[in-house]
Amino acid sequence: MTAPNPTAAHPRRFRLQARGALQDARLRQALDRARGGFVAKRAHAVAGRPDFEALTAAAAQIKDDALERMEDHLQRFESQVIARGGHVHHAADAQAAREAVLEICRSRGAHRVTKGKSMVGEEVGLNQALEGAGLEVTETDLGEYIIQLAGETPSHIIAPAVHKTREQISELFAQHHGTPPRGEVAELVDEARSVLRERYLQADVGITGANFLVAETGTAVLVTNEGNGDLTASLPNVHVVITGIDKVVPTFQETCTLLRVLARSATGQELTSYTSFFTGPAAEADGEGPTDYHVILVDNGRRAIRDSEFRSMLRCIRCGACMNHCPVYASVGGHAYGWVYPGPMGSVLTPLMLGLDQAPDLPRACTLNGRCGSVCPVQIPLPDLLRRLRERQYEGGIVSVRYRWGTRLWGAVARRPWLYRPLAALGARLLGWAGGARGRVRRLPGAGGWVAARDLPTPTCGGTFMARWRRGERP
Amino acid sequence: MASAKPQVGLFVTCLVDVIRPEVGFATVRLLEAAGCRVEVPAHQTCCGQPASSAGDRPQAAAVARAVIRAFERFDYVVGPSGSCLSILSRHYPQLLSDDPQWLERARSLAGRTWELTRFLDEVAPAQGLEPAYPGIVAYHDSCSGLRELGIRDQPRRLLGQVQGLELREMEARDVCCGFGGTFCVSYPEISARMVDDKVASVLATGADTVVGGDLGCLMNIAGRLRRRGEPLRVFHVAEVLAGRAQGAGLAGAVEGATA
Repeated sequence: MTAPNPTAAHPRRFRLQARGALQDARLRQALDRARGGFVAKRAHAVAGRPDFEALTAAAAQIKDDALERMEDHLQRFESQVIARGGHVHHAADAQAAREAVLEICRSRGAHRVTKGKSMVGEEVGLNQALEGAGLEVTETDLGEYIIQLAGETPSHIIAPAVHKTREQISELFAQHHGTPPRGEVAELVDEARSVLRERYLQADVGITGANFLVAETGTAVLVTNEGNGDLTASLPNVHVVITGIDKVVPTFQETCTLLRVLARSATGQELTSYTSFFTGPAAEADGEGPTDYHVILVDNGRRAIRDSEFRSMLRCIRCGACMNHCPVYASVGGHAYGWVYPGPMGSVLTPLMLGLDQAPDLPRACTLNGRCGSVCPVQIPLPDLLRRLRERQYEGGIVSVRYRWGTRLWGAVARRPWLYRPLAALGARLLGWAGGARGRVRRLPGAGGWVAARDLPTPTCGGTFMARWRRGERP
Repeated sequence: MASAKPQVGLFVTCLVDVIRPEVGFATVRLLEAAGCRVEVPAHQTCCGQPASSAGDRPQAAAVARAVIRAFERFDYVVGPSGSCLSILSRHYPQLLSDDPQWLERARSLAGRTWELTRFLDEVAPAQGLEPAYPGIVAYHDSCSGLRELGIRDQPRRLLGQVQGLELREMEARDVCCGFGGTFCVSYPEISARMVDDKVASVLATGADTVVGGDLGCLMNIAGRLRRRGEPLRVFHVAEVLAGRAQGAGLAGAVEGATA
């Protein structure tokens, strides 16, 4: 069920991918530039809204209620779309989702497809499937367009090309467009725009994602900052919306609350530049617009998550704040995680969607520092979920034998003070002796992970605190 | 507070026990100056974090029960670590949630458990110590203390009363230093990048001392500072508040540098 991946990255290879990322100086530069901006903009937007904490609590409640009655809402959504002349397709997994889209393209004799940014599209491997069927696919979100040219996958859920420096993008455009390298961001944007305008007009099918599905009206809500979603959705004759079933909310009222927390958390905006509402094909009175409208509702493991103890993960509205505030993500970037969803939300979603054994490192490559959970606009307890996934790994026997016995042995000692005490004293003595008057060691057998990057502080001689206290020493 | 001295059980923490016993003595000194009677239960070892973070719930729960038993009879349980004390107060009830009797005992412990600086700031101030520390201090917030226990202003208020001490704030002061318990040895390269970022923030303040409330983070930061040949001193906040921050501090002095 893993989507084909052109860079052959995989969550199982997290360690290797992380190591490679840490040695990539350009990646470091790109991540450093992006990180500060995201954090500062969110902080500013949140500071301007004193009730933000209450807003996130309301948003969490809205999502919980919506998930509780998800099937009812989906039914209502579907009947509304159908009533307006649209079609709804249910895709149980990635393959079904790809086939549904392919079938639409095939039956309409389509050759050219434009796409708005869709993480569900990435999740089901839509581009590869379309290209494999001989269709010409153009990504219209600037970041997605950049990585499409580079033959890469997104490294961030709202900023797909955040791992690229401006210099790299300039080289890429020059190479693909046959134009001179441009120095300014505005010039690069203009160049992409002129290329993309042609593609919009030529496209037979436009595919977008959706941020929310409003059940009461059958409306797909899409937020963008480039307006590419509107052009993708409205210029071709066929508009296909592909999205997850977890996006459904009962009414516009709730959607508005979610939009408020989404934009502030993602880009620090009060609202994104474009918030688009798609409700069925163009009506006669509209005069123009797509006459053929489809919504692909993708499950791909979501119902199973909803029915598990990890349900709160489906509150996620894909703002990216967790990864923007994650120091591990800031160190290794999104590609190291090896699948569509990186950072803290990906470290929970990936093992749940691909299987615990397919992503053994993701729940563990985390210090449980909690910064992700503290900025989540729908209050997902990300550190708790990661901790729970680690327990699941243990219960499922996915943890290495060495590690398992290590903790078990440690636990056996830690529960027995009479055994623990002399071992701690021995450890203190050895460390004190090794460090001597310097108070630290540079090398220590068995502590390779620690001393690889740092000296190990050692105790002054005289024994452990517990031993000294028992001997009657007092401050 | 009743006229009788409150009974405090000191939760030493395993790192203080082995690596820096001075922090334990400084903590006792502070608690006594705060009018408490301090006992150190002999049946304590560690809070169980290595097991709970690893996902080994049965081992973590077993250690939790041992800790609860050892500290049942005290008015307060206080210790010099946000990380460990958060395990006691926030995680034990979760770990033991499927056993009503133990859950009750865990909740009772949680209600009496305090991280040191919060205890001194909110419950019982230390009096008569009048500590002095001539230096420029960058205070490192440990993540568990900050986000799970709300410890941010308390240590700064206490340090503000230390004579001669100047506090400087780091940029991105709420970002993890890369310690993370076993994380730092399981993913050493990522941890190294994170602690390098933290060290850069420390150096940018121009401070000559790093102070924090968790020995794990401090060992990580001190170890990286020394590896890079940086002479900054590193102390636990208890040592500074107790007037015991003398000498080179954690990880010793840099040769040729004046401590």
